[in-house]
Amino acid sequence: MMRRIRAWGPGLVLILPSLIALAVFVYGFLGWNIRVSLSSWRGLAPAHDFVGLRNYIALFSDQRFTEFDVPNIAIFTLVFVAGSLAIGFVMALLLDRGVTGENAFRSVYLFPMAISFIATAIIWRWLMDNGSGESETGINKLLAGAGLGALHSDWFKSGSRWAIAAIALPAGWSLSGYVMSLFLAGMRGVPEELREAARVDGASEPRVFWHVVRPMLLPVMMSAVVILTHISLKTFDLFYAMDQKNIKIDTPALYMWFTTFDGGFYARGAAIATLLLLGVATVIVPYIWYSVRVERRR
Amino acid sequence: MRTNSMPRITVSLTLQVCLCASLVGLAACGKGKEAQKEPAKEPAKEAQKEAQKEAQKEAKMVQEPAKEAAKDQVEVFSWWTGAGEQEGLDAMIADFKAKNPTIEFINAAVSGGAGTNAKAILANRLQAGNPPDSYQRHAGLELADDIKAGKVEDLTKLFEAQGWKDKLPKGLLDAITIDGKIYSVPVNIHRANLIWFVPKTLKALGIAGPPKTWKEFLTQAQAIKAKGKTALAIGPTWTQKHLLETVLLGELGPDKYTGLWTGKTDWKSAEVTAALDTFNKVLAASDIKSSAADWQPAADRVIDGAAVYTVMGDWLDGYLGRAKKLTFKTDYDVAASPGSSGVYDFLSDSFTLPIGAKHRAAAEKWLTECGSVQGQDLFNPQKGSIPARTDADKAKYQNYLATALKDWQDPATKIVGSLTHGVVANNAFGSEIDTALGIFVQKRDPAAFGAAIAKAYADTK
Repeated sequence: MMRRIRAWGPGLVLILPSLIALAVFVYGFLGWNIRVSLSSWRGLAPAHDFVGLRNYIALFSDQRFTEFDVPNIAIFTLVFVAGSLAIGFVMALLLDRGVTGENAFRSVYLFPMAISFIATAIIWRWLMDNGSGESETGINKLLAGAGLGALHSDWFKSGSRWAIAAIALPAGWSLSGYVMSLFLAGMRGVPEELREAARVDGASEPRVFWHVVRPMLLPVMMSAVVILTHISLKTFDLFYAMDQKNIKIDTPALYMWFTTFDGGFYARGAAIATLLLLGVATVIVPYIWYSVRVERRR
Repeated sequence: MRTNSMPRITVSLTLQVCLCASLVGLAACGKGKEAQKEPAKEPAKEAQKEAQKEAQKEAKMVQEPAKEAAKDQVEVFSWWTGAGEQEGLDAMIADFKAKNPTIEFINAAVSGGAGTNAKAILANRLQAGNPPDSYQRHAGLELADDIKAGKVEDLTKLFEAQGWKDKLPKGLLDAITIDGKIYSVPVNIHRANLIWFVPKTLKALGIAGPPKTWKEFLTQAQAIKAKGKTALAIGPTWTQKHLLETVLLGELGPDKYTGLWTGKTDWKSAEVTAALDTFNKVLAASDIKSSAADWQPAADRVIDGAAVYTVMGDWLDGYLGRAKKLTFKTDYDVAASPGSSGVYDFLSDSFTLPIGAKHRAAAEKWLTECGSVQGQDLFNPQKGSIPARTDADKAKYQNYLATALKDWQDPATKIVGSLTHGVVANNAFGSEIDTALGIFVQKRDPAAFGAAIAKAYADTK
């Protein structure tokens, strides 16, 4: 018994502070949030009653939530994750060929991630301005100048259901460099001997990539998808600074903030937060389960 | 397998990145808090001198000897950090200090347009039971939550002791009286129902004058559109809400407009639906498809001549007259928004006395300053608003402000409260209207819009 404690005791003591902090500040508040979502708390005075799932049921008949927020975030996540993965992957593929000045390129592509989403939004709000004629600016003006005026777009102000997809542009601009560095590290992690063995067996370069490198990139892609998806679900500042309260680019995260702090609907805000958490969990939990299984197998 | 260590490295890397990011975030928060505590650095010196002179006269008559208890202080929370308003606040602080030399003034101002940041911070402080000694709120129902939650004191006695009830117009007193009690001291008055234009543009288009009704506006809009210009420049969502309230006021008249907020006018009635339909047509005549990012760029479109009108409150006068140095009447002009002449759709900044304020006596002195003629006459010319009191010194207000003050002091003027700026709707109702308006702008269904607001009114009463 004593020997066992001696074995793991010091380790436990070492991680205890962070365990306690985690328990209080992450899981404690998470539980508190769920508790609030089951109450009728509205306004500054907290209500500690219990109304069951009423707030959740109300959300499912809430036009803003069901007709705008949920489809919006689904479209945004789809375009943003797929776009960043594709662009990041292609950039990594190009850099992997051994370009001169690779370090410089790598940093340049990674830089946008260092800019806060607020600043990104302010820059792109101008780039994606949809004024026409004299007040044409940003990308539209660039297109017109290049003789591609027919491509003039209303971006996120367009009447289309997919308008929010335009916001995936700045988001992707910001994060595809990061995806690139993930993929690049993955590609570099493939031992040269394996590629050579395939070449000796007579495989062409595309086939070497497809049969040797690609399968080994799967874990990298998994983590990239998980990271991007949870960023996408939580993104707030980018939309907030782009066009405040425009319901066209409204997402659950924004609705949560506005309804809680503008309107004082604390219980409703907590219910949205809980649903967001569930959304993130559906992505992350399978991933954790998968990585634990892989580790056990070793 | 060696390659399998890869994902683990990336994961730990991401964790580190996330950690760093959150640390940076924390650091930023810390800075924010420091900034709040820091008192305003550059008081407007002239205003200060002026204030002190006046204060010396006053101090002899009013104030008790300076030998009060030890060091007293008062922490005042506001969102007055912008150009003009900060100078106004500083002038008032200087006057306050001159009258109360023993009280240390702590200016806890938080920046951010119309107090959006300040409100979130204030909500946290109120919930944590750590209120400032006095805080700013828009006068009216924006305060209803605080009252319901028992966060602010009834100030009716202070109003009676200071004789303010005789000095403020009845319409204003009605709007700030909640269940028979008054909870905040209004410092300034802004007017929301105004339509701005450039006289030269109207002349060039052959338009005799600004529209008297929204119907006339729509007729003008067709002619304007035919000449390739935008009839109405508009900005982000809150400016659309601002437009909504002026259209409702113009179409329904002041009494029925007020009834919308007291339950007397039915949101689903035929006339309200008709008014919302007019709002729909007005929106269609605006540049909402490529709306400006804020109210100043929307006004710029009018000044540049790309658009003809913009509906905005009188803080626009400060932007055009002071910031852009344009001349009132020649470079730009203003009229009551269509259908609302003789009506003053007001909003007002006011100060409260929170329950549990650490320096209650000092806070009462601050409120006395806020309600005094002197305090209001020091603050308002700087901020570009008019004093709430009707006995203010007219000579201090020039150009637009002179006409505004004349209208405000005219007993025939009807006073109604603003929706967008917190007078007639409590926070919950206001934010539900935001949602309904956002959906309306996408769907353009006036009947559904009215029904949604009617439901929200019943739910948030």
